Amino acid sequence: MSLRNLFTPLFILGTLALIWYSEAITAPHREPGPVHITYWEKWTGFEGDAMQAVVDAFNRSQNRVHVDLLTISGIENKTLLAVAGGNPPDVAGLYGPNVAQYADDNAVLPLDDYCQRFGITAEQYIPAYWKIGFYRGHVYALPTTPASTALHYNKQMFQEAGLDPNRPPKTIEEMDADAEKITTRRNGRIDKAGFMPAEPGWWNYGWGYIFGGRLWDGKANITANSPENVRAFAWIASYSKKYGATELQTFRSGFGNFSSPQNAFLASKVAMELQGVWMYNFIDKYAPKLQWGAVAFPYPADRPDLANSTFVDEDILVIPRGAKHPDEAFEFIRYVQSQEGMELLCMGQRKHTPLVKVSEAFWKQHPNPFIRLFAELPRGKNTYSPPQIGLWPEYHAELNNAFDEVALLQKTPQEALDAVQARMQPKLKEYLHRLQLRGETP
Amino acid sequence: MKMQRREALIALLFISPWIVGFGVFLLYPLLASIYYSFCDYSVLRPPVWIGGANYHDLWNDEVFWLTLKNTAVYAIMALPSGMALALSLALLLNTKVRGMTIYRTIFFVPSLVPAVSLAVLWLWVFNGDNGILNYVLRTLHLPAPNWLGDPAWSKPALVLLGVWGAGQAIVIYLAGLQDVPQHLYEAADLDGAGWWAKTRHVTLPMLSPVILFNLIMGIIGTLQVFTVPYVMFPGGSPARSTYFYTMYLFDNAFIYHKMGYACAMGWIMFVIILILTMFSLKLSERHVYYGGS
Repeated sequence: MSLRNLFTPLFILGTLALIWYSEAITAPHREPGPVHITYWEKWTGFEGDAMQAVVDAFNRSQNRVHVDLLTISGIENKTLLAVAGGNPPDVAGLYGPNVAQYADDNAVLPLDDYCQRFGITAEQYIPAYWKIGFYRGHVYALPTTPASTALHYNKQMFQEAGLDPNRPPKTIEEMDADAEKITTRRNGRIDKAGFMPAEPGWWNYGWGYIFGGRLWDGKANITANSPENVRAFAWIASYSKKYGATELQTFRSGFGNFSSPQNAFLASKVAMELQGVWMYNFIDKYAPKLQWGAVAFPYPADRPDLANSTFVDEDILVIPRGAKHPDEAFEFIRYVQSQEGMELLCMGQRKHTPLVKVSEAFWKQHPNPFIRLFAELPRGKNTYSPPQIGLWPEYHAELNNAFDEVALLQKTPQEALDAVQARMQPKLKEYLHRLQLRGETP
Repeated sequence: MKMQRREALIALLFISPWIVGFGVFLLYPLLASIYYSFCDYSVLRPPVWIGGANYHDLWNDEVFWLTLKNTAVYAIMALPSGMALALSLALLLNTKVRGMTIYRTIFFVPSLVPAVSLAVLWLWVFNGDNGILNYVLRTLHLPAPNWLGDPAWSKPALVLLGVWGAGQAIVIYLAGLQDVPQHLYEAADLDGAGWWAKTRHVTLPMLSPVILFNLIMGIIGTLQVFTVPYVMFPGGSPARSTYFYTMYLFDNAFIYHKMGYACAMGWIMFVIILILTMFSLKLSERHVYYGGS
């Protein structure tokens, strides 16, 4: 046998040896000790630090489980692909409105058994927050930090317009009147606005709730074009008619990024905004001298029953299907759900907690002067969150488009919402039909 | 014979990384996507065969037709203007002037900017209130539209932005221009042809295969426009005036979890591009001159 004949087998052998060696040196060392679980979370900055503190506290509290926290951008897509690929993290921090879609897709594990075993019950939570993770009779997700919304208003801009800074509007009609007094123009362009339905733009789909509307009847019907929703969209159009659709838009295009001092509210460009409990953090960071207040969002004067309304949302923890250590993962989730873990996290992110029981120290130490308002509103009866259906992302896009069309005065409110209704109703029927085929009753 | 087989085997061994990569990452997904386009498939659940239902639903889907229309309108605006501009610039950059390589570099460099940073940069240029473009327009007492917020101006804004990427096409045109035989120009000179006559009767015919190539690449590129509008116009705002075909495809696949539907869209786009390409090739038979033949 000559050297030449040996070349090919040796080459192949060498390659295989190289592959084996590179695998061997990069493989994680499996030493006896705690089980390592992977936890994907979306947060960065101080919000990420707050969760890291909770993870550290959990890791210190026992020696069986060690959580490795990884910050992931675009977490809902990456979790989806990781589950499809069969290699998901043990815990994932998704968004509240993901629950229905991911549960429909069988991408997250139901947590009922774990909850029962460890005594986690609905009564421990503010109902609006418990409901977000509870879907078709099962617990699929437990909350991390909750959020609620309120009207934020700029006291100085009220004063400059000759309004009483300590008398924020109670009804929609009062708010519209105040907004008119605050709005000023320069060289024909809007210079300051009192209120804009398109700002910040995160609840464009949901103004109907404020007027008593619903988006889904909870069963087989989409209710996009109900009279209440049409009324809300007419109210949106009234701003475009009063101030000019193009003028409002040009004005809005001049605003900077949300997380910057050029944010319209922080830069005193818009006097009143619907904003969430997180707004305090941005005021504190970018405009600490801003004189502001927060009250429940106004209600239509003829519907006093709709007072004290709030949009509720929360970030959630789920165990993706295919997770390697679901038991250990729940041990961590359970720690986050304890009063100690939850208050550490929510204080770090300067939000309220989703739990019914709150310690006195939490209230005392909390820097947000309006934290009790944000914690109280979700306990009321007018709490709104997106409908729990898997086709919500599509419905949401349709409603946003309808908002655009109405705000640009391209369509009347009735036309725009009729179009949404006509498009979504058959999709809902199809969706429910598919659920039924799988033997899952909605 | 034995030697030949041996050589073939060794050759296969050497290209095996490519074959494996091509098979696993391109051929298999491609074939699988044909199958999925006939399935109800959310990625997470096993695909369920539903026949032509996805294609039938697409036929009745208003948003599908809207995105197709938006994409076609954009292509019709962007393709001829982009090609004419790139060709004119290439002709100018082919003249004999001192420092020409510097000019050529200047025109090429912008096309190296990554799409996302490009989109973010132009968000500021087009800003309706503070943008530099509107600042210039206002100084000249011209109307300053809200480029990003007005449905009538959002597509023209994207077309304007497309000029930024003309460098690629310019380089290809320049290479083609180098190949035009000098003796043809000399002959034209003897016949007393001017600059325009030489361009019209010598340069363009000799350049026609390159123009055809750029046309086909342009069709593919404009019909698949995605990154820049996806970053600049979330959800195809305002009022879906910039909601393009590939954006709707992406939303279906990854936001609505309707991968089967998205696969069907992908194959429809493939057929459209195939037909347009074949059409351009057919049309080219009469208008394209290949020097070699």
